[in-house]
Amino acid sequence: MTGIWSAVLVLGITGAIFAVVLYFVAQKFKVVEDPLIDEVAEALPGANCGGCGRAGCRAMAEAFVKQGNMEGLSCPAGGAEVAKKVAAILGCTPEEKEPEVAVVRCNGTCANAPAKTHYQGMQDCAFANSLYTGESGCSYGCLGLGNCARACQFDALSIDPETGLPVVNEDKCVACGACVKACPRGIIELRKKGMKNRRVYVACRNKEKGADARKSCSAACIGCGKCAKTCPFGAITVENNLAYIDFNVCKLCRKCVAECPTGAIHAVNFPPKVDRPAQPQPEQPVSQSQAAPVNDGSTTNA
Amino acid sequence: MKTFAMGGVHPEENKISTTAVIEEFPLPKTAVILMNQHLGAPATPCVAKGDKVKVGQLIGKAEAFMCANVHSPFSGTVAKIDSCKDAFGLAKPAIYINVEGDEWEESIDRTPDIKRECTLEPKEIVDKLKEMGVVGLGGATFPTHIKYSIAPDKKAEYLIINAVECEPYLTSDHRVMVEHAEEICIGVNILRKALGVPKAYIGIENNKPEPIRVMTEMAQKFEGIVVEPLKVKYPQGAEKQLINAITGRRVPSGKLPIDVGCVVNNVGTAFAVYEAVQKNKPLIENILTVTGKKLQAQHNYHVRFGVTYSDIIAHAMSEGLPETTGKVISGGPMMGKAVCNLDGPTTKGASSVLVIDEGEAERAVESNCIRCGKCMNACPMGLEPYLFSSLVKNRRIEEAGTHNILDCIECGCCFFSCPANKPLLDEIRLGKNLYRGILMAKKK
Amino acid sequence: MKLLNVSGSPHVHSDESTKKIMWRVNLALVPTLIVAIAFFGLNALLISLVSVASCVLFQWLIEKFIIKCESTICDGSAVVTGLLLAFNVPATREMIWLVIIAALVAIGIGKMSFGGLGKNPFNPALVGRVFMLISFPVQMTTWPKPGENLFSMVSVPTTDATTGATPLGLIKENGVQAAGQVWDYFVGNMGGSLGEVSAIAILIGAIYLLCRRIISWHIPVSFIGTAFIFSGILWLCDKTAFVDPLTTILTGGIMLGACFMATDMVTSPMTKVGQLIFGFGCGVLTIVIRNWGNYPEGVSFAILLMNSVTPLLNRWCKPKRFAN
Repeated sequence: MTGIWSAVLVLGITGAIFAVVLYFVAQKFKVVEDPLIDEVAEALPGANCGGCGRAGCRAMAEAFVKQGNMEGLSCPAGGAEVAKKVAAILGCTPEEKEPEVAVVRCNGTCANAPAKTHYQGMQDCAFANSLYTGESGCSYGCLGLGNCARACQFDALSIDPETGLPVVNEDKCVACGACVKACPRGIIELRKKGMKNRRVYVACRNKEKGADARKSCSAACIGCGKCAKTCPFGAITVENNLAYIDFNVCKLCRKCVAECPTGAIHAVNFPPKVDRPAQPQPEQPVSQSQAAPVNDGSTTNA
Repeated sequence: MKTFAMGGVHPEENKISTTAVIEEFPLPKTAVILMNQHLGAPATPCVAKGDKVKVGQLIGKAEAFMCANVHSPFSGTVAKIDSCKDAFGLAKPAIYINVEGDEWEESIDRTPDIKRECTLEPKEIVDKLKEMGVVGLGGATFPTHIKYSIAPDKKAEYLIINAVECEPYLTSDHRVMVEHAEEICIGVNILRKALGVPKAYIGIENNKPEPIRVMTEMAQKFEGIVVEPLKVKYPQGAEKQLINAITGRRVPSGKLPIDVGCVVNNVGTAFAVYEAVQKNKPLIENILTVTGKKLQAQHNYHVRFGVTYSDIIAHAMSEGLPETTGKVISGGPMMGKAVCNLDGPTTKGASSVLVIDEGEAERAVESNCIRCGKCMNACPMGLEPYLFSSLVKNRRIEEAGTHNILDCIECGCCFFSCPANKPLLDEIRLGKNLYRGILMAKKK
Repeated sequence: MKLLNVSGSPHVHSDESTKKIMWRVNLALVPTLIVAIAFFGLNALLISLVSVASCVLFQWLIEKFIIKCESTICDGSAVVTGLLLAFNVPATREMIWLVIIAALVAIGIGKMSFGGLGKNPFNPALVGRVFMLISFPVQMTTWPKPGENLFSMVSVPTTDATTGATPLGLIKENGVQAAGQVWDYFVGNMGGSLGEVSAIAILIGAIYLLCRRIISWHIPVSFIGTAFIFSGILWLCDKTAFVDPLTTILTGGIMLGACFMATDMVTSPMTKVGQLIFGFGCGVLTIVIRNWGNYPEGVSFAILLMNSVTPLLNRWCKPKRFAN
């Protein structure tokens, strides 16, 4: 019996001493933190994607609480739902923001822009970009080594092994912008989702002169300016041999799509046209990259 | 025998073109002269479309600080001024010339006589180098006049001439030493005068007995030139390693050779200096080694800049590139760059056209790092390539910075010796780029 | 013509490869294997074969069905693990099948669970051995007498009729007087695990590895040296209680451990200084465990403990920078 008693006594006393020590230590090193931060952090998605430009969700929560309102701050991954929750915690009104989605602006599929060299080495776009122009010879096009796919925390981007280009899964994409930052060539752009998810955009970044651009890719924008002339709304500007469609002005009429001689303009998620069964894109050898006229659900093959 | 302090590897030498005498390369029909053939900003074209130009005429003027003049290597008409994709596929400003005849500027001395006396003052020599567009021919193409404009608080004590040619395959320095020993020594003495240093050392690796013999004999006729045979080890030709091998000094992290009182120049540059100062000939040509194990004939050519790689291949190989070619490299196999656009023109930095067979050019499949430490032992800078590899992959760039990633001289010893075939140097290069970006952003 | 390759420099590679390194290690283990067969007969051969075969098989199965990656059995690392594992068990008949369990633990837990070759923090063969030592203490410490089957490989001994003890076991139980002749220990004429008995065979392999620059002298020398000096000091203090240093380093697993197990590239430090510290730690721990621990032998534990501080040693011992 004494054995048991002594054990209980020793352990009890040690426990008590530690409890006292721990209490004082905890008091001394206490970190005072606004309890709101925890609440806000709870409301955020918690993926730490960095889409807001901060180190992670907690850092963003701190920023929210510090500012006290939501002006200029938004969680692109969480969207309107999270904004509402955070606004409720902070007691302010959420900023309205139109939903966006990542869009890949390159047409350089293996068929459109056949490889002229064979790359070996580190599988990282940023390195390949600093080394050479890319297998197709286009110094603006996608290198296909998947930095964007690795950067995506939402599993919304993957490299299509057949085309060698990234594919955005529109259901999963939350437009956090991580891929935009990861791409060393600035190919990916966040565009407004648009009415019924429909979008028209120039899937090319090549600023070379028409002839040079076509040498490396048959579906490159050659800067001919036909689209700009055709557009009834003045949404298209051509600068440095490259056309760009302003999504705020574009009314999705798709006249430019028909006009483009190389098929560099993509129109996605439109229903198939009844009166004109085929899109006039004769220069397009493989239309695999063209999700254009078909409503193929939510996946954009860009 | 002297060599540098740590690391280094012994790649197969493969110097198969040492006996090929330097030949003149024929004139092409058209040529493209890039405006940035050197480290720094591109030169500004100072001729217009349709102008007639002569050999040696200034066509690109250096306007920025870090820039060098570009002279026309050909006579003919300027076809257009446009951009041109260089051998690595990057578009650069260029002047296109339709070559007509071979008419030289009158001021250039084309006689074969050797002119020994140099009466110019140090300042005048540097101005002359600037005027003639001389850049370092060791590969980095650093404008020579900037190297010789030494800040007043620093003092040069040694001039070191890099005739190491530690890269496998390359033989252009070898040939130029054998064939132009006296001109080189005169050039070295001109550089010595420009610096005001008493002694110049010419470092040559011990696997080149003939150049060592020729240069030693010649150096005896000149005051202040010492030929220093060095133990064979790659990368002896790297600036910091060569300084260490010859003087025992070490260039501290982030510093330049001049901070330890040294100026290093390539032996090819010394020859170009001789021609520029004594013969008034601008830098318009270089010696290129055309070599490869599968080539029927090995060549060393005097090639004027602006000739395309495909021109050289067409002339040097009667049947074109061998069927089994895996890679064409401009420069040596350890530090040279793989050519991806054979229609690109040669530039001042080009020292060889190296044709590597597919078996050798193919990179083996990468496997896990087995932490053997070979990369670390091979690194001549005492760095830890294996560590950079994982840090860069995980984008922990600042941490890589604290482990001195910027000290890397990109010699490639780590990748060369890695049994797991990890692309270590690729990863380090990326890390260096990203870290420089971070430092720049911090400065702002 | 094929497309031209483009890659960053360098464009040539030395003829080193992981595969070459591993097969050279296997070659270096052959003398030890031959001596083991000579001393322990067919049992030794069977144990080695079963061990190697099961290591390779488990690696293949795990890579094929669990990790679903390309098989790496050709790189020879599983064979190294298999051989070292066999060298670490006694040459009894039971071991022929027990070694399969050890192989599963070594490859499955010791190596593949961390991601395969290069990622394991502990030497897989030692993980297997220590698992066996703890799970099957009787079988793992039943030692056949060497020489019983010397060169009598033609017939498989029907029973393990004669079992002896290792010199270390004898010393542990009976005191230092039980120590035998140093020459016997050097050649390997003593009880013990398959591969640890003959110092001379191990040294031949180690010299080969040194010449091939697969291992450097730092770990073996500092390991054996530390054990020698430490035990020497103890011996000088009290010659009746402690074993003399020469016997210390020649008996048990010190030789095998110092030359083949502690030098495993993956689990040992990379810098020379780190390797010296690593060897020193192994030496000290071995002698401490032998003299004051429960087990007669402590090499496996010592190396495993030092394996666990290898990442710290790598972090702490940096190579000397050229520029500073």
